[in-house]
Amino acid sequence: MRFTLHAHLHTLLTQAGIAAHDHSTQLPCLDIAVAQWTATAKLASEAKLRLVALWAEQEGDGYTVHAAFAHKDHGYALTRTTLDAATGEFPSITTYYVAAARMERVIHDLFGLIPGGHPDTRPWLKHEHWPQNAFPLRKTFAAATALPRVDGRYPFIEAEGDGVYEIPVGPVHAGIIEPGHFRFLAVGELILNLEERLGYVHKGIEKAMEGRDVPAGARLAARVSGDATVAHSWAYCQAAEQAAGIAIPRRAVALRAVLCERERLANHIGDIGAICNDAAWSFMHMQCQRLREDLARTHQRLFGHRLLMDCIQAGGLARDVDDDGIRQLLTQTRAVAAEMRELYDTYENHTPIRERVIDSGKVTAADAVDIGLLGYVGRSVEQDSDARRDAAYAPYDRHPPQLAVCRGGDVAARLWVRFAEIQDSARLIETLLLDLPDGAVQTAWQAPRDTGCGFAVIESWRGEIVTWVRLATHGAIDRCYIRDPSMINWLGLELAAREVPVPDFPLNNKSFNCSYSGHDL
Amino acid sequence: MKIFRKILRTGVITEPPARPDAEIEDLGKQISTMIQRRYRGSLAIRMVDAGSCNACELEIHALNNPYYDLERFGIHFVASPRHADMLLVTGPVTRNMETALKMTLAAVAEPTLVVAVGDCAACGGEFGESYASLGAVNNVIPVDAVIRGCPPTPLSLLHGLLAVLGRQS
Repeated sequence: MRFTLHAHLHTLLTQAGIAAHDHSTQLPCLDIAVAQWTATAKLASEAKLRLVALWAEQEGDGYTVHAAFAHKDHGYALTRTTLDAATGEFPSITTYYVAAARMERVIHDLFGLIPGGHPDTRPWLKHEHWPQNAFPLRKTFAAATALPRVDGRYPFIEAEGDGVYEIPVGPVHAGIIEPGHFRFLAVGELILNLEERLGYVHKGIEKAMEGRDVPAGARLAARVSGDATVAHSWAYCQAAEQAAGIAIPRRAVALRAVLCERERLANHIGDIGAICNDAAWSFMHMQCQRLREDLARTHQRLFGHRLLMDCIQAGGLARDVDDDGIRQLLTQTRAVAAEMRELYDTYENHTPIRERVIDSGKVTAADAVDIGLLGYVGRSVEQDSDARRDAAYAPYDRHPPQLAVCRGGDVAARLWVRFAEIQDSARLIETLLLDLPDGAVQTAWQAPRDTGCGFAVIESWRGEIVTWVRLATHGAIDRCYIRDPSMINWLGLELAAREVPVPDFPLNNKSFNCSYSGHDL
Repeated sequence: MKIFRKILRTGVITEPPARPDAEIEDLGKQISTMIQRRYRGSLAIRMVDAGSCNACELEIHALNNPYYDLERFGIHFVASPRHADMLLVTGPVTRNMETALKMTLAAVAEPTLVVAVGDCAACGGEFGESYASLGAVNNVIPVDAVIRGCPPTPLSLLHGLLAVLGRQS
C-alpha cells in the first residue's frame, strides 16, 4: 500500500515550521505536538489532503489521538499526537474538516477525551439514557459492565417560523431496513433540514475486539456490516497480517479481490433495483433482485455462504475454488454484466424513472470536497478517488480499476456510477480469474510474540474502509479501529435531502445507502 | 416495448417452496389453510432490526424476490406495527434499541407472534452481552420462536416461518 504522502506531509510540515517527529516502525507515522495539532490540520486542508479517519487509543495511562490523511497522487499518511494526561483534551480540527465533527464526538463518547473548541458537544453514540461518566473504550472499563439507565434528552436542532414543522422518523423505519432516527424540518412538502440521529445499533464492536486473538476478531469484522462483509473482513485481515508480519499467498490476494468485486456486483445490482422500487418502478426491482439471487446462489455453492461471510480469514481464504468453479464464476459474471447493460438501456429510455432521479438530492462538488465524500457517492460529484487506485494495494497495483467519475451529484449520477462500476467489476473479475496464480490460498496464522501495528484501506462497494489494528504481545488485539465509509457519507445525505420533497427522501436515502451498523459499530 | 420483451423473455421463475419435497409441500398446504382460517388469508409481518449487522435484512428481503415470492403464501411485510400479526426481530438487542423494540411490540394488536431471526437474535451471536448489547431478543421481550443462522438463508427462513405457523395451529 502506498504511503508516499508520509514524506510529502513531513516536508510540508517542516517548511511550515511544525515539528513532526518521524515515528515510523512497522507503519510510517508522524508524531505531532498537541499544541500543533490544529496547525497540522490547517496545513493539510490547505494542501488539499482528505481527512481519512480520526481515532484514539489508550497506551498505559495516557491517550493518543490519530489522524490519517490521503491525496489521490500521494497515497496515505498517518499522524498522531499524545495528549496531556492531566487534561485529557485535544484540539478539535472540525474547523478544517467537517468529517472530523462526528469522529471527535465518538472519541469523546467512548474515551471521555475532550475535543477542545468543538462546535457540537452533544453525545453521538451514547444516547440520552447513558450515564455520562461511562467511557467504554477506556482500559479500566469492563466490556460486560451493566450500565444503569438515566434520564436525559437529546436536543435536536429546532426551527421557528410560519409553516415550519417537524417530522420525526424512526428508529424503527417502515421497511426491512436498519434503525436510525431522522428529524426533518419541513415547509409544505419540501425538506428544510434533515438531522440524523444514529447510534441505535451500537453493539460495542471495538470493545468486543479487545483481548480476542486475530482469528476470533475476524468473525466480528465480518459482521461490522453484513452487506460489506467481504470488504470489512479483508480490511481487518490485511491490517492484522501487516501487524503480525505475515505475507499471504498470491492466489489468496487475487481471490479476495474477486470476492470483493462480486460483493460490489451484488450490492450495486440490488440497490439499483431498490432505488427504482422507491420510485415505484417494480420492473427493474424484480429484474435486479433476480440477478442478485443468482449471484448469492453461486456463492453458496462455491464458497458455502450466500453473502460470502467468513470466507476471508487471517492468512488467506477459508477455501479455494477449482477450475470448474472458476468457469462458473466467469460465465455468470459475464452473463450478469450483459443483462445489466440491457437493463441500463431500458432505464435510460424510461422517462418516468428518469424524471424522478434527475436533479433529485443534489450535493455540490464543493460540499463533497469539504466532507470528503467517498465511494460512488463521491465519484458521482467529481471526487476522483478510489482506494483501489490511490492506495494501490494488491492485486489492484497490477490490475487497477477504471474509475467512473461524473458531475451532477444527484440520484441519477449516483445510479450512473453504479451501473458503470458493475461493468468495471465484471471486467476486473474476468482479468483476475484469467490470470489467477497457482498455489495455496492460506498461510497458517501464527500469533506474533511481539506487539505490532497495521493499517489497511479497502475500497468496498460503498467506498473506502479503514481498519487499524494494534496487537499486544502474543497476538491478542489491544485496539481495533474501524472506519466504515458511512461515517463520512451520512453527512452527505443531510445536505442532499435539503429542498427534496419529503416523499422523495427514501429514494435519496437508498441512493446513498449508508450503513447504520458500520457507522454505529 | 423493451420492458415487455424483457418480461416475456425472463418468464416466470418463481419456484415451488424450497426443494419441492413432500414435507414442504404438506407444510405449505397446512399453512395456507391455517392462514386462511386464522388470519383470513393474510399474515402481516412487521420486521424490526434491533441491532443486526444487516445481513439478516438482506436475506429477509430476498424472500420477496421472484424466486421465493413469499406473498403467494399469504404472507406480507407491513410498514406499521399496527397492521402486524407477527414481529420478526433481528440482531442482538442493543441498549440503544431496547426502548424502541418494546414500544414496537406494545403497538402491535394482541395476539402477537414474536420470532427471533438469526443467531444474534437467538442467543446474542458473535456480539453476546455487553455494555452495549443486551444479547438475545428473549432477554428483552417474550419470544415465541427462533430461526437460527448467520444469517438464515431464505430457505431456512421459509422453513422457520412455516414451522412457527404450523405450531400455532
